[in-house]
This record gives sequence, C-alpha cells and structure tokens, in this order.
Amino acid sequence: MSSDNDNSHKFSSMRRKLLMGMAALPAAPLLSSTGLFSTPAYAQAPATAAVNTTGLAVTDTEVTVGILHSVTGTMAISETGSVQAEKLAIDQINAAGGVLGRKIKFIQEDGASDWPTFAEKAKKLLVNDKVAAVMGCWTSASRKAVLPVFEQYNGMLYYPTFYEGLEQSKNVIYTGQEATQQILAGLDWVQKTKSGKTFYLIGSDYIWPRTSMKIARKHIEGHLKDSSVVGEEYFPLGHTQFNSVINKIKLKKPDVIYAAVVGGSNVAFYKQLKAAGIDLSKQTLLTISVTEDEIDGIGGENFAGAYSCMKYFQSLDNPNNKEFVAAFKKMWGEKTVIGDVTQAAYLGPWLWKLTVEKAGSFDIDKIAAASAGIEFTKAPEGYVKIHPNHHLWSKTRVGQAQPDGQFKVVFETPDLIEPDPFPKGYQ
Amino acid sequence: MFADYSLAELGSIFVMQGFAGLILFSVFVLMALGLAIIFGQMGVINMAHGEFMILGAYVTYFTSQFFLHFLPSLFNIYFFVAMILAFFASGALGMAVEWLMIRRLYKRPLDTLLATWGLSLILQQVYRSVFGPREVGVELPNWMMGSLALTDTIEVQINGLFVMGLTIAITIAVALLMYKSAWGKQVRAVVQNRVMAGAVGINTEQIDRNTFGLGCGIAGVAGSAFTMIGSTGPTSGQLYIVDTFLVVVFGGAQSLLGTIASAFTISQAQSTMEFFLSGSMAKVLTLLGVVIILMLRPQGLFVIKVRR
Repeated sequence: MSSDNDNSHKFSSMRRKLLMGMAALPAAPLLSSTGLFSTPAYAQAPATAAVNTTGLAVTDTEVTVGILHSVTGTMAISETGSVQAEKLAIDQINAAGGVLGRKIKFIQEDGASDWPTFAEKAKKLLVNDKVAAVMGCWTSASRKAVLPVFEQYNGMLYYPTFYEGLEQSKNVIYTGQEATQQILAGLDWVQKTKSGKTFYLIGSDYIWPRTSMKIARKHIEGHLKDSSVVGEEYFPLGHTQFNSVINKIKLKKPDVIYAAVVGGSNVAFYKQLKAAGIDLSKQTLLTISVTEDEIDGIGGENFAGAYSCMKYFQSLDNPNNKEFVAAFKKMWGEKTVIGDVTQAAYLGPWLWKLTVEKAGSFDIDKIAAASAGIEFTKAPEGYVKIHPNHHLWSKTRVGQAQPDGQFKVVFETPDLIEPDPFPKGYQ
Repeated sequence: MFADYSLAELGSIFVMQGFAGLILFSVFVLMALGLAIIFGQMGVINMAHGEFMILGAYVTYFTSQFFLHFLPSLFNIYFFVAMILAFFASGALGMAVEWLMIRRLYKRPLDTLLATWGLSLILQQVYRSVFGPREVGVELPNWMMGSLALTDTIEVQINGLFVMGLTIAITIAVALLMYKSAWGKQVRAVVQNRVMAGAVGINTEQIDRNTFGLGCGIAGVAGSAFTMIGSTGPTSGQLYIVDTFLVVVFGGAQSLLGTIASAFTISQAQSTMEFFLSGSMAKVLTLLGVVIILMLRPQGLFVIKVRR
C-alpha cells in the first residue's frame, strides 16, 4: 500500500506543476487535461473555493480522508477487515475518477484498541490534518470516545459496526445495523421455522450484548406467541470456561440458544459446546456475533450448523457481491474472508462520495444535510439507503454455517428494514 | 430451579457438573504450573507468561498445518508432536529471555514486573506482525473432538479428559524432577538459600536459566493443550493471565502443593457458583473470596520457610 501512495503522491504533484504551467497559456482553459494526458477525468472539478468553505484538506486535485482503526492491540483482530475494505473502496473510487474530480488520499491512524487513543487520534485527524471525513472505529466504546470530538470539531464519521442503537448524531453515519435491525427479524424467523418456544440468552458482559438481549427478551416475551426466556447469562469479556453454563443449557433444554458472545470467549464457547456433545445441526443456535471473520478462529467444523443473523454474508449471490468479493481477494489475498462489518466498512467511502456529489460540496454541514436519502445501488449487500436518522435501511438475513466457514443464506427479509435506533417498547 | 426435573436427570447433571469442575481444575493447574515454578523459585513475576503459552499454541497450529499437508496419514497423532515442539520452542525462548533480560534484574523485582510486561506487549505485536492479527483455527484430529457417552444422559468431554490426563502427567513429572532428581535438589537449595547454595558449588545462574526455561516450556505445553478449548491469536494469552496469577498467589508462591490446592479451591468454587448464579456474578464472588482470604492470610494457602 505504501508504495501505491508514494506513486499517487508523485503523480499528483507532477500533475499540479503541469496544470500550473498550462495556466500560463491563454488556450489552456479550453484544453481538457483528460484529452491531453489520458488520466482519469479530473477536468470537470469545480473550484476548491466553492466546494470547501470550511478549510478542510481539499486541494484542486486531492481530498484527504482519515482511516481510524486499531491495527495493534486486542481489537486488531476485528478491525483489520474494516481497514482493508475501506482501502479497497478508496482505490476503486479513485480509479473511477475520484470525488468531485479529486483523488482521495488517506491518512491512517492507529487507535491501538485504547479508547482515549481513539479520541486523541480523532482530534489529530480533524484539527491537524483537517480531513474531510473519517472512516473508523469498531467497538461502541471507541465510538463513544470519539463522538464528542467529532461533534466539537464538526467532523464526519462513517462507523461500520452493528451496534446497540440508542445513539444518533449529525456527525456520524452508521453503516452497520442498529440492534432492532439485527434482532427482531431473526427471532421471528427462528420462531416460525424452528418452532422455537424457549430461548436461552447468553452473551459477553458489556453494553452491546446487554442491550441486545434486553431487546431480544422484550420481543420474545411480548411479540412472539407462547415463547419464553428460560435463561439469561453474561460472562466477563475474555472468559474461557463455559462447561458450567453448557451443563445448565443441557438441563434446561431450550429450543433455541441465542448467543452474543464476543472475542476470545467466542472461540472457547463454540469449541466447548462441540466438545460437550451439543450438535449444532440438532440444537438450534442463533447468534448475532459470529461472522466469517470469527469462524476463522473458531474453526468451521466447530460452528457448522449454527445460524447467524446479519445483513451480509460473503456467499450472497448477487452481481455486486461477486464483483466485490473478487476485488477484495485480488487486493488482500485468496484466503481472506469477508464478514458483515467488513462489508459495512466498504460502504463508508462510497456513501461519502455519493453524498459529497449530491451536496456538491465537502462541507460537513452540507454533507450531514444531504445524507438522508442517499442510495447506493452497487452495495455488496444489494441496495442501501441512508435514513434521515443517519442509519441505513438494510435487509436482515439468516445464514447457516457450513463446515468450510461460509454461510448458506436460509432467510432474508423481503423488504429493507427501517433503522430504529430508539425503539419504542424495547427500552 | 430443580422442581421440574427427574432424579435421574439431576443425578447426571451433578456428575457432569462435578466433571466440569475437575476440567477447570486441570486447566488452572496447567496454566499456573509454569508460573509457579518461576515465581516460586526465582521470585520473578513473569507477566509474559500468557505469551509463552500462545507461542505453544502457534507451534501447535503450524504443526497441524504441516501434518495436514505433508503427513496426512499421521494427522491423528500430530498433537503429541506439537506438544513436544511447543515445550522446546517456549522453553528456548524463555532461556533466551532469561539470558538477555531477566538475569540483569534479579535484584530489582519491581523492574522485572515492568520488563516482563513490556516483553508481553512486544511478543504480542511480534505475533501480530508475523502470524497476522486474525485468530487462527487449529484443526483437531477427530478422536479428540466430541464427548464420551457414559450413560444415556451423562457425557464427558474428550478434550477435558485429555487436559486432565496431561495435567496429571506433567504435575507428576515436575514433582519427580523437583523432589527426586539431583537437579531438583539443587533448585530447592537455591530457593532456600541462594548464597549458601552458590558457596557449596551450585551454579546458581545455570539453575536460574534452566528453571526459567522449564517454566516457560510448561507454559508452551499448556498453550498447546488450550488450542482445544480456547482461541489462538496474538492476544489470547491475556485471557489466561489473570486466573493464572490468582491461582499462584492464592496458593502461596513457593509451593507446588499450594498451587494445586488453590487451583482446586478456586475451580470448584467458580464452577459451582457459575451453575447457580450468572457467570459475571460467579467471577465477582470468587475474586471477593480470594481477596478476603488473602487479607487474612497474605502469604497464601501454603508456604515454605525461606531465608531472604
């Protein structure tokens, strides 16, 4: 990557000199630089003064964005995919002519899995680098840490992870699902097709699983017929011994295990379920925390048969996705897998580009105002649209894990689900 | 909560729950053994213990890949080869670390704490850069997965039995080494009175290096075994480190028996409470219990007399 950037930098500075030289010629405005040098079409670029009134890092030929994820520390395992997807999207946008005739340059900062570091780096990107947008964050904790920074310095954050909801900001576009989009349709499906009546909820002990389980419980008890929750358990992050709870599950014999265990605990949980003789092809298990990325660590044979509720699976059969998967593997290697969040991260730069073009400006306020109603038809998940509440309309899908670590899609909602970050009756 | 179940069901659950406690016990002993040896004999608090374990896990992963691609007919037994390799890999790294770093810090125990913590961060980043930030899945031979059905309702995990067997074997080996061999006698002499041991001709530096290597090697074997029950990634070692320290400190630093007793107490308490309470609550109560007991008995459960 670094060599690519060096090249693009040399290329653009050379171009700038050429353009300046040309400006001296009286005929220059008539000549299209595209025609002369057969480079991507930057010619129609509107004047910088018109599209950038607030002093962002936008020049006649370039616009700078930030990428802010953890590439070191505990969260690197999850955030690596997002970084890869964002770089791919930026590459593709540049190859297609950039944004408002400007090539996207990115500055990458490392949040180092540490929330104060995220806040500090966000401030650096906004105040020192004056980036036009930031693609970044993964955990809710990191998002909560940077939110005041983005609001104070008026930046724009594209946040990729599915999360617990209960948040909305002018300065954030949430490209992942909020909780109800991920939970409700999946529960309806499991109750209908697996005649699930009793549910055992199990999750890691922090805000996302707790909030998600609260919504799940309300839905099961209030909206699903004759259904009940027979157990609800939380384990500290990093917990590695699940034999006791597995015995409890054996005792209660729930129709459905509903899981939101994350990180290293996730791997331990599924390995121990398998070892304890719980066959996931017979015992229905629905999770909202396992994507293709996690299966890499869990091992396909340990997770085969379980159901995962997401909006995207790598195996989705549509032309957009085939193109995306091929491009992703070409850039990052045949063996990489693409999970739900990676796809959502890929949407960030594209949605930003479309919004900038609709607004005709890089100004944050204009982008925030223009975001509602932006449609992206080339999304790998199919088609997405930004809701006025800055979340995405998206479908909910259920996939069954196969031994090779991929999902077979067994259900998808017919329509896009409206994002509802503050769900009434679920709080 | 038991009203709805038949006596037979309850019986089998109690058997399985007892077994779950024993597995947890074995896991704790295996985790803590290496650290207890290092802490007990040298007074070095090795914060990088988890990373030595994960080195063993990575060795296991690569051994499994090697067997899968080059010796598929022997895949069923690769795990034993992997454990031996893990022992030597982690042990060698441990000896190198002792030689480069630890031996310069023996007189400054607090600095070893910081230095080994730094080492753990460095190792994590090395794993991340070399092996990639994503977790890897270690494939197990079929015979090691699943469970044995003893009766219709009682099932015991094969990997649990395996860990238990391994723990017993290693504990016996360590006990024999420490209490029956000439080398063990020298180690104990150094623990009890370092200056005097040196005066009678024991090469205390050599003893230190080998002990540190042994402790790290056992950590490597533990890491190798834990690929069956946990994750293998650059930071997975961190998942074990807290429990490991808890067991060692609670047991009394210099005592093998103390380590075992403390692992037993903590594991039984935790697995029983996890069954009746929620996971987080069980952890809180376990920690609270340990804190209270350590307040009353700061030296831990068992302690041997040492000349400082």
